[in-house]
Amino acid sequence: MAELGPVLEVLLGGLMSGVLYALVALGFVLIFKASGVFNFAQGAMVLFAALSLVRLSEWLPFPLAFLLTIVIMIAVAWAVERLVLRPLVGQHGLILFMATIGVTFFLDGFGQTIWGSNVYQLDLGIPASPWFLLENVFPGGILVSPIDVFAAAIAGSLVLALSIFFHSTKIGRALRAVADDHQAAQSVGIPLNQIWLIVWSTAGIVALVAGMAWGSKLGVQFSLSLVALKALPVLILGGLTSIPGAIVGGLVVGAGEKLAELYIGPLIGGGIEYWFAYVLALAVLLVRPQGLFGEKIIERV
Amino acid sequence: MSAPAEAAVLEASAAAPTALAVNNIEVVYDHVVLVLKGVSLEVPERSIVALLGANGAGKTTTLKAISNLLHAERGEVTKGSITFYGEEVHRLSPNELVRRGCVQVMEGRHCFAHLTVEENLLTGAFTRKDGRAAIQADLEMVYGYFPRLRERRKSLAGYTSGGEQQMCAIGRALMARPRLILLDEPSMGLAPQLVEEIFEIVDRLNRQENVTFLIAEQNTNLALRHARYGYILENGRVVLDGPAEALRDNEDVKEFYLGLSGSGRKSFREIKSYKRRKRWL
Ligand SMILES: Nc1ncnc2c1ncn2[C@@H]1O[C@H](COP(=O)(O)OP(=O)(O)OP(=O)(O)O)[C@@H](O)[C@H]1O
Ligand SMILES: [Mg+2]
Repeated sequence: MAELGPVLEVLLGGLMSGVLYALVALGFVLIFKASGVFNFAQGAMVLFAALSLVRLSEWLPFPLAFLLTIVIMIAVAWAVERLVLRPLVGQHGLILFMATIGVTFFLDGFGQTIWGSNVYQLDLGIPASPWFLLENVFPGGILVSPIDVFAAAIAGSLVLALSIFFHSTKIGRALRAVADDHQAAQSVGIPLNQIWLIVWSTAGIVALVAGMAWGSKLGVQFSLSLVALKALPVLILGGLTSIPGAIVGGLVVGAGEKLAELYIGPLIGGGIEYWFAYVLALAVLLVRPQGLFGEKIIERV
Repeated sequence: MSAPAEAAVLEASAAAPTALAVNNIEVVYDHVVLVLKGVSLEVPERSIVALLGANGAGKTTTLKAISNLLHAERGEVTKGSITFYGEEVHRLSPNELVRRGCVQVMEGRHCFAHLTVEENLLTGAFTRKDGRAAIQADLEMVYGYFPRLRERRKSLAGYTSGGEQQMCAIGRALMARPRLILLDEPSMGLAPQLVEEIFEIVDRLNRQENVTFLIAEQNTNLALRHARYGYILENGRVVLDGPAEALRDNEDVKEFYLGLSGSGRKSFREIKSYKRRKRWL
């Protein structure tokens, strides 16, 4: 099939951007699992982290700026835990969700106030010119962006590290316990505040990685905050509580929307890429409300 | 309380230090609902004390007030004091209390459904700093008391039976190496022989591991057979207390909690005014 080369190229590109969606979704999942909070501010955290990094690296060596940004994200986590979660403990999930909307606007606004609101270029030192793979199989080869490959590799190792952390450390076990039952976790002496701080810090670091990947592709600017909206269908697809689900959901959405644009797009005049994911999510929601990978709801008395 | 019974209690409390003392506490939910209206009780070290009463009497609220788990339910201790081995613990966080050796097993078990039985037990050791080997040894100790948990150690706790979950919850509390366990309604929803088995294990833990127990129960008969002392709560107040044998022999307890008379359950207050009236007639 002579067409296979371009299709593969589209598919690969879709999967790579899917990895980026997955990175954002991962932050949502972490926080939702451990604190039952649907953190609308995850996108704002991506923007805030990327802005901090890009501006700090203007007057600091990159590794130092990177570390300092991690410290900043931990400080954000600390502030959210102290000022928002702690006073609202025991409140209805919707109230906590509203609180995170507040955090979103604060982070978006405050971030642009202190760091500026221009478009900043984030240069990670990765070659911008694309690679051509399999040139001897397909005429012209398959075009792959090194940044995408880099992002995919980082996302992969991040997920691996997280699943090791969750399943074979004492803190990870405590995180899963908190995710299951707050009060029981408290009753065995797991301090919720500490766990929330750890989870929000982790989500902050994931946001930083996502921000670096997106930022190096699109430039660091306000629209990064909106990638959170793309993570929503990914979450519905993968389930709010599943880390592998976030990854697979991201890949499905990324590849799906590009392929839909390629095959269905011409029939209806294009633009399908912008809403395909949401329709897909809606369909999944109707059939499997807990998502493809959502934790089985164990019901037994 | 009869004079000999009182003497026996005095003797007992002279022998053992007081593990837990609750002094005249009031608890309010949502800033307005007054649920405990001055509850006092004492738990001597190494004893088993029962907290009895019907649905809604305030047993769970009392236990949560002690372990400081009321906050998440928008409840608050507004009056009185709680001391654990003489130290005021009213302001301590739940994890600091666990660290000091006071652990609650909540009503309805509350095992972590998506963790295996063994992982559940290990979460109980979260506050400990005495190393892997000691924790491993205690895991063996728990499996020794609850052999069934060893068989199910790799199963998700959510898929085990109610009895296994109760064992898992008690085992998880034991993993903290507690001095006092607050056990809330262990008999809930379990078959009688299983309940008996669990209470016997509680007895053994009390004798062999020196764990003190404060047990909230609706099953008065069962609890009074295993406890040494009992408090009866009604409507957020202690209406009667005494050594277990004395309570078992008490006519009112027999009538209203042990179901030994045909007249069905009424409240203590009703019977007292009824008797008082009779006396005047
Ligand atoms: N979170 C809450 N908010 C408001 N009221 C509450 C709350 N929890 C309990 N109550 C009320 O406090 C009273 C005592 O409840 P509690 O659970 O302590 O009783 P209990 O003796 O443990 O009963 P049971 O045997 O049914 O477990 C009840 O009237 C209950 O309705
Ligand atoms: Mg109760």
